[in-house]
Amino acid sequence: MGFYFAQLLTGLANASSLFLIASGLSIIFGVTRIVNFAHGSLYMVGAYLAYTLVSAMDLGAFGFWLGVLVAAAIVGLIGLLIEMTILRRIYHAPELFQLVATFGVLLIFQDATLAIWGAQDLLGPRAPGLDGALRIMGEPIPEYDLALIAIGPLVLLGIWLLFRKTRWGVLVRAATQDREMVAALGVNQAWLFSATFVLGAFLAGLGGALQIPRETVSLQMDLSVIGEAFVIVVIGGMGSVTGAYVAAVLISVLNAFAILIFPQVSIVLPFIVMAIVLTLRPHGLFGAAGSEHGAPTEPEQPLRLMGEKGMMILFAAMAVFALSPVIVGDFTTVLLVDVMVATLFAVSLHFMMGIGGMVSFGHAAYFGIGAYAAAMMVKQLGIGMLPTIFLAPAVAGAGALFFGWFCVRLSGVYLAMLTLAAAQILWGITFQWQQFTGGDDGIVGVWPAGWASSDKVYFYLAFVCCIGGIWFLRRAAHSPFGYTLRGIRDSRTRAEAIGVDSRFHQWMGFTLAGAVAGLAGTIFAFSKGSVFPDSLGIAQSIDGLIMVLLGGIHALAGPILGAGVFVMIEDWVTRLAYWRVIFGIIILVVVLLAPDGIAGGINRLFARIRAVRKGGTA
Amino acid sequence: MAVLSLKLRMRPPVLEVANLNARYGRAQILHDVSILLGRNEVVALLGRNGAGKTTTMKSIMGMLRQVDGRISYENQDILGKPSYMICRAGIGYVPEERRIFRDLTVEENLEVGRRAKRENAPEWTLERLFDLFPNLRERRSNLGKHLSGGEQQMLTIARTLMGNPAVVLLDEPSEGIAPVIVEQMGFVIAELKRQGLSVLISEQNLHFARLVSDRAYIIEKGQVRYDGSFDDLDQHPEISRKYLAV
Repeated sequence: MGFYFAQLLTGLANASSLFLIASGLSIIFGVTRIVNFAHGSLYMVGAYLAYTLVSAMDLGAFGFWLGVLVAAAIVGLIGLLIEMTILRRIYHAPELFQLVATFGVLLIFQDATLAIWGAQDLLGPRAPGLDGALRIMGEPIPEYDLALIAIGPLVLLGIWLLFRKTRWGVLVRAATQDREMVAALGVNQAWLFSATFVLGAFLAGLGGALQIPRETVSLQMDLSVIGEAFVIVVIGGMGSVTGAYVAAVLISVLNAFAILIFPQVSIVLPFIVMAIVLTLRPHGLFGAAGSEHGAPTEPEQPLRLMGEKGMMILFAAMAVFALSPVIVGDFTTVLLVDVMVATLFAVSLHFMMGIGGMVSFGHAAYFGIGAYAAAMMVKQLGIGMLPTIFLAPAVAGAGALFFGWFCVRLSGVYLAMLTLAAAQILWGITFQWQQFTGGDDGIVGVWPAGWASSDKVYFYLAFVCCIGGIWFLRRAAHSPFGYTLRGIRDSRTRAEAIGVDSRFHQWMGFTLAGAVAGLAGTIFAFSKGSVFPDSLGIAQSIDGLIMVLLGGIHALAGPILGAGVFVMIEDWVTRLAYWRVIFGIIILVVVLLAPDGIAGGINRLFARIRAVRKGGTA
Repeated sequence: MAVLSLKLRMRPPVLEVANLNARYGRAQILHDVSILLGRNEVVALLGRNGAGKTTTMKSIMGMLRQVDGRISYENQDILGKPSYMICRAGIGYVPEERRIFRDLTVEENLEVGRRAKRENAPEWTLERLFDLFPNLRERRSNLGKHLSGGEQQMLTIARTLMGNPAVVLLDEPSEGIAPVIVEQMGFVIAELKRQGLSVLISEQNLHFARLVSDRAYIIEKGQVRYDGSFDDLDQHPEISRKYLAV
């Protein structure tokens, strides 16, 4: 009995720290509608700052708590800086831009933290006065856990009072429901948003700072916590602080008991809970459908079939590309295969977002399933390479069919979060399930069949697969199925009113995009000869988003252009020390300066040239 | 018509809209709309659904981006200013869809609208507003989403009045509410005029507009088609037959 009670208390202590980070994320989302990927970074920086401050001051219990609070306050100020320099410019941009921009911030933070605190993990100081353990019902309970159990509800109470009893809190809650109306009533949103972001950042910093006696401080803290925090926010209902607490307790306590029965469950459990909750309550336990007011209303430009001239340019480019292995060396040939893999992945993601209207933050899931399925078929089942090239994408499609069933029940940012969670869970499974996936060591020795083992032959094999995949999706985009998808994207209610089963179409679109992403993953696995859990990680998903964004979402050729440029930049930048900072800055520059991507930028350039010429002759 | 415009010219208007154009994407919604609102005047903006009434109001309020022309309030240019500054300058907006904060109580809804007192406008307090809208007093602790349609309409007006505006833009106040509430709405508008406010109301209901306003504009397909008194309008029934659903 005592043992189970101890498990419950451990669960509650975990819930408190999860709540702190998730509540900040939820508040920021509720008001600004920004999905803040850099929230994990704020949490991590809070932990590092607290480590430094508490170690430096060495003032006993007072010093510890002072250090924690000062660290959280500094993180709040950092949040203010981010909000004023970056986020303020992109409040009206689509979710995709905001997510990618905050990911750029995350990259910059990773390198800044590395530069300041170094790569080694830091063992934080114990909390003075709370470093012992209390015996409750015969079980030792760390005193610090008890303190955390109290801190969670106290912070919840504090936020509740702030939101109910102050004018600021009322304004924040009003802005969560209809921020355009709040502005029309004379409230300066810029100020409200900044203050909200500072509060959210402060809470993340506090969450990180309070973790130092329990967890080693490391550079992996940011990404390891963000997935779980997203799940908590979605389960609780975006924008709801009470929901975040309830969800944090639910997940943490369930987890504390579930690991007794099945230790590996901890990574899958949040997703299962989330899937159940979202199926029953599409906006989370305490969430409500957000107001449509203030959403971007710009109608999508219709896609056009390529003209004769465009076709000829395309074929010429393809021919040049196809001949390139004859001219360039093997090293470049391998790089070109990377470009093709990236292109196919980006095109499949673009199909899902641009045609299907479903923003995915976790498209790498299907890329990764394809890669792992291929590796496992070849290594463990002894299937040949050619059948694998057909079977592995089918497995990825089956995966997309499964997760898509849940995802298409939602829309907008909820859908995006669910895709992210699905990818994170799959990542967790591959990471954890050592005997099948090799865990962190991955699966190595996945080479193409003998006849295709030369770089040049494999190049052509990949070329055929990629062109096939892209052609297939283009056909789908211009088929009645594609038109229906776009109709749903532009107006779900109108599409449904004329008898379209929107969920079913989106589900099929999701599956199709997943299968093609799986094909990209399959080609990737054979070209690298190995697969690692990275291939379904957040970074891989974001890479896809950056490619789509670089190319511009409104052009069918966008992802092709974007993927090419992306791989070239990545190939160049990753050779440099502190490449993440450079990459992060590139991302921010693109988002802030060319929000319509490279394709859009070129279009605008031409439009300007035309305008100048016109002006010259007139 | 000429006489009226002359009278207005002698007394400077509080709100002046001149040659207003507004676009959504590539579609132009308003074409050269010009409207004057005199001090302490109630002016009706009549037109069918989709004629451009709401777009005109949102343009004045700074809620749309693709707008050009001239909008001035108290001889200050306000076009291009963010909507919170336009509100702070003294223009209150009551949206057509009401847009009350559903998860906030009646009192909290009013709190969001509260702004400091202004010299050129009457000051509204919770008590004064509850006198004007007695239903709201009873329901002060209820959530917005639990109010009836009529109560929501009152709340959205009361919320705007909490900002102590000098000018109120009232978008379709009689739409979708019970006749008895429409009657009460008429009383409220008369009271606003008595308090010295200037009111621009958009309406489809010619009968209601005539009861509460001093004169009218008729807007159709984003263009002003008529500008004058209701008496003049009665002399030319073909105008209202052509541009309004009567």
